[in-house]
Amino acid sequence: MSMLSFERKYRVRGGTLVGGDLFDFWVGPFYVGFFGILTIFFSVVGTLLLAYGASLGPTWNLWQINIAPPDLEYGLGFAPLTEGGIWQLVTICALGAFISWALRQAEIARKLGMGYHIPIAFSVAIFAYFSLVVIRPVLLGAWGHGFPYGILSHLDWVSNVGYQYLHFHYNPAHMIAVSFFFATTFALSLHGSLILSATNPKKGEAVKSPEHEDTFFRDTIGYSIGTLGIHRLGLFLALNAGFWSAVCIIISGPFWTRGWPEWWNWWLELPIWA
Amino acid sequence: MSNHMSKRLLGAAAAIAGTTLLLAACEFPSMETEQVGYRGTGMEEVKNPRREAEKRDRLQAPEPLPPTQPGGGRAGDVYENVQVVGDLSITEFNRLMTAMTEWVSPEQGCNYCHIPDNLASDDIYTKVVSRRMMEMTKHINDNWSDHVGDTGVTCYTCHAGQPVPEYVWFKDDGPPQAGGMAASRAGQNIASASVGYSSLPRDPFSAFFVDEPESIRVIPTTALPDGTNPRNIMDTEKTYGLMMHFSESLGVNCTYCHNSRSFVAWESSPPTRENAWHGIQMVRDLNVDYLVPLEPVYPESQLGPHHRDAPKTNCQTCHQGANQPLYGVSMLADYPELDRIRIRDNGVPDVTRDELEAPAAEPDGAGEDPEQMFDELPGEGPDGN
Repeated sequence: MSMLSFERKYRVRGGTLVGGDLFDFWVGPFYVGFFGILTIFFSVVGTLLLAYGASLGPTWNLWQINIAPPDLEYGLGFAPLTEGGIWQLVTICALGAFISWALRQAEIARKLGMGYHIPIAFSVAIFAYFSLVVIRPVLLGAWGHGFPYGILSHLDWVSNVGYQYLHFHYNPAHMIAVSFFFATTFALSLHGSLILSATNPKKGEAVKSPEHEDTFFRDTIGYSIGTLGIHRLGLFLALNAGFWSAVCIIISGPFWTRGWPEWWNWWLELPIWA
Repeated sequence: MSNHMSKRLLGAAAAIAGTTLLLAACEFPSMETEQVGYRGTGMEEVKNPRREAEKRDRLQAPEPLPPTQPGGGRAGDVYENVQVVGDLSITEFNRLMTAMTEWVSPEQGCNYCHIPDNLASDDIYTKVVSRRMMEMTKHINDNWSDHVGDTGVTCYTCHAGQPVPEYVWFKDDGPPQAGGMAASRAGQNIASASVGYSSLPRDPFSAFFVDEPESIRVIPTTALPDGTNPRNIMDTEKTYGLMMHFSESLGVNCTYCHNSRSFVAWESSPPTRENAWHGIQMVRDLNVDYLVPLEPVYPESQLGPHHRDAPKTNCQTCHQGANQPLYGVSMLADYPELDRIRIRDNGVPDVTRDELEAPAAEPDGAGEDPEQMFDELPGEGPDGN
């Protein structure tokens, strides 16, 4: 793969966290680094383990392949390979790959002298996964509380875990997370449509400036958050969506065992009227 | 600068107060978990051991009375007007009466159901009702083993030391409601324990636990709506309301009986669902054949606030928050007397409140309000038999 004329300027040495110069090179357009090697290692091992698990299972149907966590009786110990052990190893590989990827992002950011916003943002997604397969299972005392790896099987898990609390939509953190998911897509659609509208004027006219964009929103709702602000807002909304998703599942079980509707009785029991 | 600081302090204080409030509403680890399906399916029960311990303390079966030998002749021959336990000997009869007093009216004593001057008299509604309840107990133990198994039931299963079981239900129209567009609340959106404080219709019993019940099954059997499923979303909400009641009554979650992948599929449901199905049939049977027909016997004060209906049973009446009433302790085994209750051919009560109200006017102390009566008769305890 050829390099673009200006790309060489940005391919600077250093900034690595681990490995010094050893892995400080590119393969085609891709920066490698120690964490690139680690990401590839964990990804390949994890994927092969999934394939091995599938080969032991009843189906090769991609929708139905299911790599399930151990029975609860194994607690926080290791389970035999065919009884959830594969799930445990895959979980280690997945976390290894995700975290390595975030650290590779950090190395690239250091090379370019940028802030760490990207690896930090990605860490929130990792945190959500970590909550599901580590934090909550540890708080409940068994790896078996993790979700199974399978396209349909993980949905069945989500459904059943939701119904363990009778009506999951009453989970306050779930409410907040869902609201943030809606808000983040709403903000992105407003932003995306605004940029496209400003950069696609009538034939023969010049592309409009950020002043046009700001004016559009000032005319519409009296306020424009601005070109930098919309990206701050977008990041805030998106990270909160992921963060509160993690919170909503961590509190389900370790911090509440009854139906979520009943949690709201704190409102009915406020000393003001109770 | 200081303005900035005070704003920050205020924000921090609000955050701390809010977090404290939310945490105060929560429970804390560690929890007990039980797997009820294949690993990774999320089929499990998560329980708080502290709350469970409290519940277990509350739902303790009382110590059984010492067993007795038959003796003293047949109660039906010795005493007057013994209609359903006449085959017991006097000793067994007295043991049963003592037990029932402990189970049902430990504070009120014998006179809760008997007129002291004339124990044989039926001029007090509680006696007429309790006779029918004894038949019901026998009926459950004889005919509903599909639900109660060998554990069986006794008076205590529901009464738990109270004259009126804590959990009975009446038809419930909800609080007074505005008319016009605001009138179509359909019993919803009133936080109620009967439906787990959800927004679902808060009286799911009138539709399902009575004569000619509506169908609980609302899930369509076709992939696309083809007009053959008459159930609508309001029916569905009623069904879900009933299911909330199941969960609250048994202290379990939906996955105790259902794999939510398909609520309707029996083949993927835990076996507990079959037991629950029999429970639904049993509750209907008891309401229709035993509890509703007692309506003419009860004084007005014991009837429902909206429809003057008799107190009826649902899952919670017996279960009271446990997946098995009294956590599966069989009191029946200690009381063989209960197995010798005779169920009359015609169980329809032979006395109505209109007839009962007559003696209440007499100055002999047999009031229609039992509570009042006991006030006048101190010294009557559980041993007053």
